[in-house]
Amino acid sequence: MRKIFPDANAALAGLTFDGMTVMSGGFGLCGIPEKLIAGLRDSGVKGITVISNNAGVDGFGLGQLLETKQIAKMISSYVGENKEFERQYLAGELQLEFNPQGTLAERIRAGGAGIPAFFTATGVGTLVAEGKEVREFDGRDYVMETGLVADLAIVKAWKADERGNLVFRKTARNFNPMMATAGKVTVVEVEEIVPVGSIDPDHIHTPGIYVDRIVQTVSEKRIEQRTIRQRETA
Amino acid sequence: MARTREQLAERAALELQDGFYVNLGIGIPTLVANYIPDGMEVTLQSENGMLGMGPFPYDDEVDADLINAGKQTITEIPESSYFSSSDSFAMIRGGHINLSILGAMEVAENGDIANWMIPGKLVKGMGGAMDLVAGVKRVVVVMDHANKHGQSKVLKDCTLPLTGTGVVSRIITDLCVFDVKPEGKGLELIELADGVTLEEVASKTEAGYTVAAGLKS
Repeated sequence: MRKIFPDANAALAGLTFDGMTVMSGGFGLCGIPEKLIAGLRDSGVKGITVISNNAGVDGFGLGQLLETKQIAKMISSYVGENKEFERQYLAGELQLEFNPQGTLAERIRAGGAGIPAFFTATGVGTLVAEGKEVREFDGRDYVMETGLVADLAIVKAWKADERGNLVFRKTARNFNPMMATAGKVTVVEVEEIVPVGSIDPDHIHTPGIYVDRIVQTVSEKRIEQRTIRQRETA
Repeated sequence: MARTREQLAERAALELQDGFYVNLGIGIPTLVANYIPDGMEVTLQSENGMLGMGPFPYDDEVDADLINAGKQTITEIPESSYFSSSDSFAMIRGGHINLSILGAMEVAENGDIANWMIPGKLVKGMGGAMDLVAGVKRVVVVMDHANKHGQSKVLKDCTLPLTGTGVVSRIITDLCVFDVKPEGKGLELIELADGVTLEEVASKTEAGYTVAAGLKS
């Protein structure tokens, strides 16, 4: 039970310092560690480099850390949904490094797997490859990309058991499993903590070895683009 | 008559084949899903981590944990599977996806594509576009022939920062269809939309191209 913490602030206690690098799971607002992001805000930590596919929306998700100007740099693939992000970026208050989404995912996977760099065809001949080594393999050019690790990974999963074995739910999985492997410390926010043995070992997505701390929360799970169809009336 | 958005999507759907795994971009490409022929087995991939995308949900089925790459709520179907972003892009980068249908700002006669950045305007990011064009076996672009200023989007050379080089196989526009010949051999005009003439395409296309044998106005 030593991995289980009573709330998000307790789960982050002692882990934050100014200038740190934080990986934060999620795609858009789907599968983001909402309460841990709020916990980072409450910690007052400053000058964070955040590695996350997106930057939240105004006032929610990582948008909360932008409002308080706690983020110095973002490494992301797409940041279109956030006015405060735009303002800070255009004002030169915020650094931004764009990575192609698959390159970002693989950099995190590689970092967590102890692979310092890899070659990919993604981005060859574009701005993304500028200043990077390009090498030919079997007649095709590939650009070298480096692995990413972080001082802290904050991750959202659906369920954890008491030892930190994780199960994700639907497309809320996204970047969370790789980030769990690439944090020097990994803190996971879940909807339910279940006793050891209640998840079939064959159904565990992320083994508990990657998980240092767990907190059960009730998340809002805001939807960015609620898109529905109408039932045909009988 | 130039094709409408729906007609563009309907024409793009002719690129689908039975058994294909397909990634559709945002915008007109997304509409292609509405024109998958009955009985054809086509599996749609969403790069945020899903194969086998279902339709939009009914109001009481909406699930915040189930979205597509455009962040719209969707549904699962019996053959659906979920996976991580790194697995998703392993599928894409590893050449396991048969076809990607994407929009573009510019395409060049050598198959270069630009669709993520306009210098001087706020850049939102490339998302998965660079991975898709580099990794998917066949990339088909669906777009308007001209931009809102009436300038050709089919060019000798792209002017905007590139998404990928030499990656596009076919360009479907509201006026016509071009094949991008391999090894930088340029474009071939292979179809005209109903009511569109060779002269109209010639007057609205900056890129050089050949005309397929037998293609008449």
